[in-house]
Amino acid sequence: MTLMAHKADFKARGRYLLRDVSIVVTPGEVLAILGPNGAGKSTLLKVLAGELSPSGGTVVQNGRPLSSISALDLAQERAVMPQAASMTFPFTVFDVVALGRAPFRKVSTRQFDQKQVRRAIELADITHLQNRAYPALSGGEKQRVHLARALVQLWGMKDATGKSGASEDDDPTSAARFLLLDEPTAGLDVSHQHAVLALARREAKEHGVGVLMILHDFNQVLTYADQVAILTAGEVVAQGPVTNVMAPDLLSSVFKSPIRAINDPAGGVVLVSQSA
Amino acid sequence: MIAVKQMVAALQMQLPVNRSALFLILLMVGLCAATVVSLGMGGVEISVGDVFVHLGQRIGVTEVGIDAFDARILDSLRLPRILRAIVIGAGLGLAGAVMQSLFRNPIADPGIIGVSASAAFGAVTMIVAGHLIMGSYYAAFGPYGVPVAAFGGAVLATVLISILSRQDGRTDAAIMLLIGVAINAIAFAGVGVFTYMADDAQLRSLTFWQMGALSGNGPTDMPALIVMVLGIAYLIRLGTPLNLFLLGEAEARHLGVEVEHLKRRATVITALVVGAAVAVSGIIGFVGLVAPHLVRLATGPDNRYVLPASAIGGAIILTAADAVARIIVLPAELPIGLVTGIVGGPFFLGLLIVEKKRRRL
Repeated sequence: MTLMAHKADFKARGRYLLRDVSIVVTPGEVLAILGPNGAGKSTLLKVLAGELSPSGGTVVQNGRPLSSISALDLAQERAVMPQAASMTFPFTVFDVVALGRAPFRKVSTRQFDQKQVRRAIELADITHLQNRAYPALSGGEKQRVHLARALVQLWGMKDATGKSGASEDDDPTSAARFLLLDEPTAGLDVSHQHAVLALARREAKEHGVGVLMILHDFNQVLTYADQVAILTAGEVVAQGPVTNVMAPDLLSSVFKSPIRAINDPAGGVVLVSQSA
Repeated sequence: MIAVKQMVAALQMQLPVNRSALFLILLMVGLCAATVVSLGMGGVEISVGDVFVHLGQRIGVTEVGIDAFDARILDSLRLPRILRAIVIGAGLGLAGAVMQSLFRNPIADPGIIGVSASAAFGAVTMIVAGHLIMGSYYAAFGPYGVPVAAFGGAVLATVLISILSRQDGRTDAAIMLLIGVAINAIAFAGVGVFTYMADDAQLRSLTFWQMGALSGNGPTDMPALIVMVLGIAYLIRLGTPLNLFLLGEAEARHLGVEVEHLKRRATVITALVVGAAVAVSGIIGFVGLVAPHLVRLATGPDNRYVLPASAIGGAIILTAADAVARIIVLPAELPIGLVTGIVGGPFFLGLLIVEKKRRRL
């Protein structure tokens, strides 16, 4: 059971924003999307999230075409962390995170919801902000609020500690869950960047979630992703396991900027870009 | 407001319910109190005690009634009028709260996006030009002509706003608000043109539509009031979806809301409620703006509480404003739209000043 785009096109006013894109988000793995500005990365994420319908090709989640799944069913199987959402009404941070429980309001209890929310707030390191008004936060703080909101949605009826809350999750045939992150590190300081990426990877490795994230930093891709797809001008130019795809020559030509691999004394390689 | 907050805090210590639910209960009590007090007020003073005795007799609690003259005033004049005030106030307050969430803009209000003005335009068209448009059918259509035209105006404006703001199958809330403002201006221009053409008798009815009145048109109001009650029953349950909407349309969709469906339903039903309100009482401004804002001071922005509280709050405001309108210029009565405008205008100014200070670093 995967989240998959098959030969997907997206056309707006006769111009292709995505052309013939086929990618697969596999449960338990992290797929990074890399590419220059305007390559269609966010458009691809929106197509996978069901926000935009592809003008050609198909998007399939857990075996069903996306267009045939109701918004509520979709929300119970995948969470999206957007680039900072704007909200002018003064909800508290706790309440904004709790909105992530909305898809489960008919099946969950108040106590269970609150427990999940508190756990997510702790993981996203916003405990000290939880009673503050959301509109008063800085950009990076807002990002972390939305991460926590996506986490409580993703966890669904499963206990945050990994133990199953509801019996359906013990069933191996039950639908896989997906987490889509649009530039989750934008606006964050270095330590929170790593915290967010580690959290997303942990969801994949420990809870079998299929994670897709749009990233800009080559070394974060090397550290946190299993698979990578490189997008340019709406087309996938390379995809596969991170170690195969992240070659300096390919990256240099895609990003039109010289990129070199340097051996890290601590082990592995580091990709650096230098202005010509 | 501060006194209410303290009262809520004090009661909360003793009762195992949350703050906002308690506030709703207090509002209900307030509405009952406003109703009873308002029943006693007017050209003929009737004491609160007598009002209770009369209500008791009507529901069969006590045997003896009150003075027959007073009883008739209550039954045939004040009770229907206050019921109208409650339904219309609740409808307008709720419509305002829903629109503010839908447009994600705290100043949205049926009056601002032109729904009320278009309803008035419909009514005015029927008053001034009805006999030209409908010819001999005008008499047969009789007293329903004007409310139906008001209703039609509101629906037409809403449909127009939705169609004009649609692009590639989606609607942009900010553009929608601006288009509403433009429609508002056009509708008011239309009202002006007909006012210029009207004769003396027509001018009197026009004043009614523009300034609002709760005196009603007897049984012909019933269909409109029923539409309002049904609309209120639907809108009041949209709390959670509208909360998600405040995060943004894409985010609401990610969280399981069928966004386009909700937007279309909520706008059309809000228009029905507002159109029906204008059909009964003419334009009554500011209730839709003031009620939700006042309520949010106590409940915070959570729509699960803001929606019902705005409905009850709107009903209280209109009941109280109506009581004032009835006694302030005895033996005549002031159009209720003037009362809400006189209080609402300065309130809105105050709101802007507070908002300005809040943005200061």
